[in-house]
Amino acid sequence: MATEVTMPQMGADMTEGTLVKWVKQVGDQVNRGEVLAEIETDKATVELEAFESGVLKKLVVEEGETVPVGQVIAILGAADEQVEGETPRQPAAETPARRGHGEASARQNAGTTTAQREEAPPPAPETEQMHVNITPGPGGAGADGASGGGRLRVSPVARRIAEDAGLDLARVTGTGPDGRILRRDVEAAISGRQAEPAAPTATAPARPAPAASAKGEAAAQPLTRMRQAIARRMSQSKQTAPHYYLTLDIDMTEAMAFRSQLNASASEEQKVSVNDLVVKACALALERHPKFNAEFSESGLRMHADINIDIGIAMDEGLIAPAILGCAGKTLGQIARESKDLVARAKSGALRAEEYSDGTFTITNLGAYGVETLIGIINPPQAAILGVGSVMPQPAVRDGQVVVRQLMKVALSADHRVSDGAEGARFIKEIQSLLENPVSLAL
Amino acid sequence: MAELRMRDALREALREEMIRDPRIFLMGEDIGAYGGSYAVTKGLLDEFGEDRVKDTPIAESGIVGVGIGAAMAGLRPMVELMTINFSFLALDQIVNSAAKLHYMSNGQISVPLVIRMASGGGSQLAATHSHSLEGLYAHFPGLNVVCPSNSADAKGLLKRAFRDENTTIFIEHTAIYGVKGEVPDDPDFLVEFGKANILRAGTDVTIVGYSGSVHPALRAAALLEEDGIDAEVIDLRTLRPLDIDTVVASVKKTNRAVIVEDDWKFGGFGGELSAQIMERAFDWLDAPVARVSGKDVPMPYNRNLEFAALPSEEDVAEAVHAMM
Amino acid sequence: MTHQQISLPAFNPPEPGNEQLGMFLYQMQLLRRFEEKTGEMYTKGKIRGFLHLYTGQEACAVGALNALREQDRIVTHYRDHGHALARGVDANRIMAELFGRVDGVSGGRGGSMHLYDVSKGFLGGYAIVAAHLPLAVGLGLAAKMQNEDRVALCIFGDGSVGEGEFHEALNLSVLWKTPVIFFCENNLYGMGVRFAESLSTQIPTLAAAYNMPAVSINGMDVLEVYRETQKAVQYCSTGNGPYFIEAMTYRYRGHSMADPELYRLKDEIEQYRKRDAIEALKQHMMERGMLDEGGWQDVVSRVDHAVDEAVAFADASPEPGLDTLYDRLMAEPANG
Repeated sequence: MATEVTMPQMGADMTEGTLVKWVKQVGDQVNRGEVLAEIETDKATVELEAFESGVLKKLVVEEGETVPVGQVIAILGAADEQVEGETPRQPAAETPARRGHGEASARQNAGTTTAQREEAPPPAPETEQMHVNITPGPGGAGADGASGGGRLRVSPVARRIAEDAGLDLARVTGTGPDGRILRRDVEAAISGRQAEPAAPTATAPARPAPAASAKGEAAAQPLTRMRQAIARRMSQSKQTAPHYYLTLDIDMTEAMAFRSQLNASASEEQKVSVNDLVVKACALALERHPKFNAEFSESGLRMHADINIDIGIAMDEGLIAPAILGCAGKTLGQIARESKDLVARAKSGALRAEEYSDGTFTITNLGAYGVETLIGIINPPQAAILGVGSVMPQPAVRDGQVVVRQLMKVALSADHRVSDGAEGARFIKEIQSLLENPVSLAL
Repeated sequence: MAELRMRDALREALREEMIRDPRIFLMGEDIGAYGGSYAVTKGLLDEFGEDRVKDTPIAESGIVGVGIGAAMAGLRPMVELMTINFSFLALDQIVNSAAKLHYMSNGQISVPLVIRMASGGGSQLAATHSHSLEGLYAHFPGLNVVCPSNSADAKGLLKRAFRDENTTIFIEHTAIYGVKGEVPDDPDFLVEFGKANILRAGTDVTIVGYSGSVHPALRAAALLEEDGIDAEVIDLRTLRPLDIDTVVASVKKTNRAVIVEDDWKFGGFGGELSAQIMERAFDWLDAPVARVSGKDVPMPYNRNLEFAALPSEEDVAEAVHAMM
Repeated sequence: MTHQQISLPAFNPPEPGNEQLGMFLYQMQLLRRFEEKTGEMYTKGKIRGFLHLYTGQEACAVGALNALREQDRIVTHYRDHGHALARGVDANRIMAELFGRVDGVSGGRGGSMHLYDVSKGFLGGYAIVAAHLPLAVGLGLAAKMQNEDRVALCIFGDGSVGEGEFHEALNLSVLWKTPVIFFCENNLYGMGVRFAESLSTQIPTLAAAYNMPAVSINGMDVLEVYRETQKAVQYCSTGNGPYFIEAMTYRYRGHSMADPELYRLKDEIEQYRKRDAIEALKQHMMERGMLDEGGWQDVVSRVDHAVDEAVAFADASPEPGLDTLYDRLMAEPANG
């Protein structure tokens, strides 16, 4: 019976060997214990002895060849035996279930050789990070540091309690070391909020008030917590994120007609606003342009898996921008319903923590105020914001004729650390194209 | 109840256990005629004779190895290594044989051996004679590592060690051998392994110590009380098995933890404990876990330098204030 | 699945009889063939880690282990397959251990260097050179303190002599008069370093300096090893303290499978092969009419069968479950 001679394992760390010399040749009688060949490992040259007696029928590996441990290198058989021509093949030795340091894992080994693995290009870092689902906790990535640069300092227990209570940590003043928000601060804020929910108290640090100037003001107006938060966040954005800006006109004539059709038969709560159309268009565009649904960090870009679009809502105390969560899977009707709900809850103070903190892109729309152009400041740590102006009848050139169309000016402000102008242009053109062909928004 | 110094409580444990179990015998350098370097075994040679109280040559690896062999063969030996500093010479026996034989033999062999060693700095013995290696021994799976802080625990834990089927590294801090404490008279008094002791209940911060470091921790708690801070002090008693549950429950209550240890901070046991607290109680922390440890230098001889190299109650109180 | 058991004599008469010599021959051939097979299994990746073959030294194991009594205990070095086999540890379960399987003597947790079978008094192979010498003193001390007539056989190589534990153990053993046979297999190489270049004196001289009987014997002659070890057992079991044997032997194979053997000449190995212990016993028996070629062939085929069966047994044994990873880390109290 033919016996396969394989490249031997000659040490715990040996993975391959080089056939230096065949001591026996085809046709030679070989006895058990006789030297068949010399094998070179990465440590030394060793002799390979035959474990069975027989006639050497075939040499599968030539002198000088390096093959993995376990590969057949020769065939022994009886003198009168015919041995099929064998081709070199992959290791016959069992792959151990577990491997130690420095050895490729069995999974990595499956179906690929070392060489193939090495030749394969490394995965693009962006593709790899697409799998990372970064959903920052409330007050974390969504709020920024009181002490300048980076995260708001919040102790883990304070963060957890605030999250459970739906408390916006941006509204809490930390009293711990370096201004860290501690458990006691969160608990005080919760009890305070319950006591007088609608009126944020003035908590400006006791700084000496500036002396009265020639400008005529008598005393400094105390800052509300919301004012403090807006001041801090907008300053941080402008200081850390280098903005670039792109503007263009979107012809909303078709979209306005489309909206009228939709709203003609809709109940009040189902009615679609212009802003809802913009949200839907942005959600679709963001799916195709993930860099605008991302976050810059020193260790790399974080591409968010979810599309959560913040919508700016003007209130008496200031501005708030809660998010419509999971826009990617939502229909225009759902977006319309949710945005109405969001505005209502923002005004009654019933927003959830993740709506404050988990936004990944922002739309700010002052169309209702008759503003032509609005260029926004990026809402950190997001990568872009879309400013939307009023839809206005304007002269436009179509087929060489001056005609009146319903135009809307939009402005994209984007973080240059994350994207470049040409990418921004493709993104904003996509939004334009979606809104000018509004049927695509209904799909 | 009797008030005993820790060394006397340890001797009482040895004596009671030797009376209870004839398989127990003692080996060590100068434990017989001399009475033990720290007088723990004083008088035992007279009471139990040369067969059960063996003075040995100065051969730490040899006597620990003999202890392992005798334990494998069914006896209950105790080896006293005069100080923990000499245990380096027996490290291979402890790590490669005592800690591993049960596992490697698939349960066929057990090594019920007690290795006692005197530990710690503070006596101006300088760098080679002032080690705190509890964390080193706690690193090895397969060992019990026991570090009493007071007389009652010393007695109850040592008696418990003789009733275990595994090797116990029993570490005695030299600075507290002479500290007196109430000790139960009951000959069956045992302190279970893996049960930390809350020495002082508090609400504002958890201070964790073991062996000698429990004492600056308690003194720090008294200082903090004057500042209106209510500290809880936990004595781990044993590092392996480790009662992390008690520590975590306390930290969930106080939201802060300070670990006090004589050992070097770099790679020391406090790092392990800190990591486990963060793994188990991250969302309950109001501040990063702090460590007050021995300074990262060989122990200096000079009194002032040595004092500066060891954790003090002021260091502990300062660490607490920094996280409030 | 049948187990190949090697039966041991209940009692060793001073001169081995016909049947006993036949058993020695069978065991030595078993040790030889078993190691050849483990070498083969290593090259095929069935056995991994370190593998140290005992080939050439068979007379030491077979002579010494057969001189022991059932109650005696053994600790040895990491070239331990031969000692386990000669003590009657099941060849199937040894092979299964080398394969890392659940039916291995150590449940697949020890491997080649860490074989244990407490039921046979075989308390292990030790992979740290000389670490087990103090353990043997402890075993002897325990027997003495418990008034049990048990001898501890401690087998180690010439490489151990330079370690401090060698000296600590010999000294303690004499001081405390423990029944320990220190059995040094001097195969002339501590890994690749010649013995002559690593010790400034002779081994028995060192042992004698600690005041114990110390002999140097021909470790390639199973009858001499058997006779001298019997004397040692007799000496130790009658309260005299330890006894030291240096058995001069030779390993045919490298230190381990990874050893390219750059440090010695082929010719040296050939010279020793001419003094092969199995050949010598075969000749001895044939000259006295105790064995003929047919009888020898019968031994060879019985051994081949046993070794093939050990491989089949090992191959069929399952891998230990991953859920057993933490099992037996700490020993549980026996009964309260």
